[in-house]
Amino acid sequence: MDFSLNEVQEMLADSIDKFIDNEYAFDTRQKYADSEPGFSADVWSTFAELGWTAVPFSEDDGGFDGDQVDLMVIMQRFGRGLVVEPYLANVVLAGGVLKRTGNAEQKQQWLQPIIGGELQASLAFTEPQARYDRANIATRASADGDNWVLNGAKGFVINGGTSDLIIVPARTSGEQSDERGISLFAVPTDATGVSLNAYRTIDGLRAAELVLDDVRVDAKAVLGNVDSGFEALDATIDDATLAICAEAVGIMQVLKDKTIEYSKSRSQFGVPIGSFQALQHRMVDMLTACEQAQSLLMWAAMTCAASESDAKRAVSSIKYLVGTAGQTLGEEAVQIHGGMGVTWELDVAHYFKRLTAIGQLFGNSDWHLDKLAA
Amino acid sequence: MHVTFSAAELAFQDEIRAFFRDEIPDDIREKQNQGIELLPEDQVRWQQLLHKKGWAGINWPVEYGGTGWTPVQKYIFATEEANANAPVIVPFGLSMVGPVIYTFGSEAQKKRFLPDILASKVWWCQGYSEPGSGSDLASLSTRADLVGNHFVVNGTKTWTTLGQHADWIFCLVRTNTDVARKQEGISFILIDMKSPGVSVKPIILLDGKHEVNEIHFDNVEVPVENLVGEEGKGWTYGKVLLQHERANIAGVARSTYRLRRLRKQVETAVRGATPLKNDRNFMRRLAAVEVDLKALEFTELRTLAAVSSGKAPGPESSILKVKGTEIQQAIDMLYLQASGYYALPYVPDQYQPDFADEYVGEKTETLSSLRYFNYRKASIYGGSNEIQKNIIAKHVLGL
Repeated sequence: MDFSLNEVQEMLADSIDKFIDNEYAFDTRQKYADSEPGFSADVWSTFAELGWTAVPFSEDDGGFDGDQVDLMVIMQRFGRGLVVEPYLANVVLAGGVLKRTGNAEQKQQWLQPIIGGELQASLAFTEPQARYDRANIATRASADGDNWVLNGAKGFVINGGTSDLIIVPARTSGEQSDERGISLFAVPTDATGVSLNAYRTIDGLRAAELVLDDVRVDAKAVLGNVDSGFEALDATIDDATLAICAEAVGIMQVLKDKTIEYSKSRSQFGVPIGSFQALQHRMVDMLTACEQAQSLLMWAAMTCAASESDAKRAVSSIKYLVGTAGQTLGEEAVQIHGGMGVTWELDVAHYFKRLTAIGQLFGNSDWHLDKLAA
Repeated sequence: MHVTFSAAELAFQDEIRAFFRDEIPDDIREKQNQGIELLPEDQVRWQQLLHKKGWAGINWPVEYGGTGWTPVQKYIFATEEANANAPVIVPFGLSMVGPVIYTFGSEAQKKRFLPDILASKVWWCQGYSEPGSGSDLASLSTRADLVGNHFVVNGTKTWTTLGQHADWIFCLVRTNTDVARKQEGISFILIDMKSPGVSVKPIILLDGKHEVNEIHFDNVEVPVENLVGEEGKGWTYGKVLLQHERANIAGVARSTYRLRRLRKQVETAVRGATPLKNDRNFMRRLAAVEVDLKALEFTELRTLAAVSSGKAPGPESSILKVKGTEIQQAIDMLYLQASGYYALPYVPDQYQPDFADEYVGEKTETLSSLRYFNYRKASIYGGSNEIQKNIIAKHVLGL
């Protein structure tokens, strides 16, 4: 039994910590978030140069053979820094599908430049009517000779507005919610018939609605076998779920620390508000939520990395905890900061908003609890 | 980062598992599975079997006859013990006063008391709380005045669990009232329950059971050699003991066992009813507790891993008591709800060893409410959960 990081993970953790501390102050983050395209292209290049974008890929694919524990190490720190750069969209989502399904040529064409930081990519993991049902896919792909013609709509494509490539799951057979009959297509966003309506999201990040109107791609755009794309899609979303949970735990720890710090410095009635028992016990509850979430996150990451049979349960467990205890922690952080907690100026509100957004992504706590109750 | 056991640890696990499979006497196993109350002699018999195997002093160092096990080994033992639904070891001797005596006691005290504690030959009980001193334990007023070579003890101790069976009691008493802080002037002494002037008055708890007592001391003479460590240092020793106590009351292994059993239970149709598994609301509540418990299991493992590698446990250890008891109580509520109407018949005699009348409800259904009521104590004893939060706020958060 060992909960410590290995040497490589220590180095990775250390370099990200240094980056966050030295080059990613909250004001800088806000500047990047407000700029176009919603993140810093320079910072993204730095991530690639430092090899962070290569971590979860095999050595054959030019990666570091990292697993979900490594992903946890990265994402938890990105949470601490409230990083806006598109790691989730590129590396975890688009990269996750490509590494599972791409042939050598496809990996060369798309995965390599993602790792290199030269191509922006994302995954259209949901549709407007699907809510959290990953197999509910109405977008159709029809064969036309060697080509495929895609028609349909996708919702909430993370960083879709700045993506060069979007991986589109489309129905090639079966009923609307069948797992069988889903195929995966690599669609360049400059293809004729692709339209994107990009917007900001509540957490300062970006997403887009995507409409596909007779979008024509050739056979080389098909990732993996026709009709058999669900497994890779599902596994990728599981990884992404774990990744944002790690991010959430990083955020929770920041909110807990900032709240305790604030309660020691803010005086009312002539004493620091942290001396009030009514607040002390609530901050102890925040500590408890952080430690419990950290523990469960480690279990989930190790369980997924070992491909154990309860990997899906592990992912749902941590997502449920983050969506319940984590959300409560965020609300308490705002509450204990008083009026300052509800201002745009203070970083606490922005951590809270990202935590709230994470709660809605890839299945909310109710949805995951239902999986666990089954 | 991994949670696999080493080959040696796996072999150890096999040995422990085999012991629990083979050595729990059939009658005791049957009582445990039927929820029938163990007699004191059952407890003693089981603990003596553990002692015969050399496993009575789980937390004790080898030099005092303990196992000397690593934290991981202790974790494995606790898990297997729970999985076998083995009797819970009565903690007052083995987990509480034993460690205080081998840490702070004289050589004579170690020689006199430790072997009998290990062999479960002497039943101990705890004299901490008083009617006027609950959460504010340091305000205790039971006095021990030195007269010649005796202390003369006067006062009342309360909530003394299983004191009706006890041969000895360890007490925090005030030996000096002329002190600046109330934590000073408290001493840790050992008192023979057969001493003249000791009387035991039962307190019946809300489940109708005689589990705890009030102990009165009326001019009880206690030889001065029964003082443990230094006079006036009792508060420090008592806190060490409470840490031992709190570390053991998270009860993760037992809770895991109980939830797993409940998962199995909900699959079966009771009295032809639809299996509870089809009740979405119930299953969601069950799943939510499972998540909390899995997190706590790993919080405990993180603490063990830190201790194993020689580090002091981090803040994660401080939440074990609070969260552990909250989860125990949540599980009690799940069992109560699972029993429906059959949580209501008050038939405690069914769980006495000599019960021969007609049984009401399915196995242990009617026990669920008694257990639920009884274990409201869990968030109160060992320092109430509110006191725990005060301690964490002060010592972990620095508030």
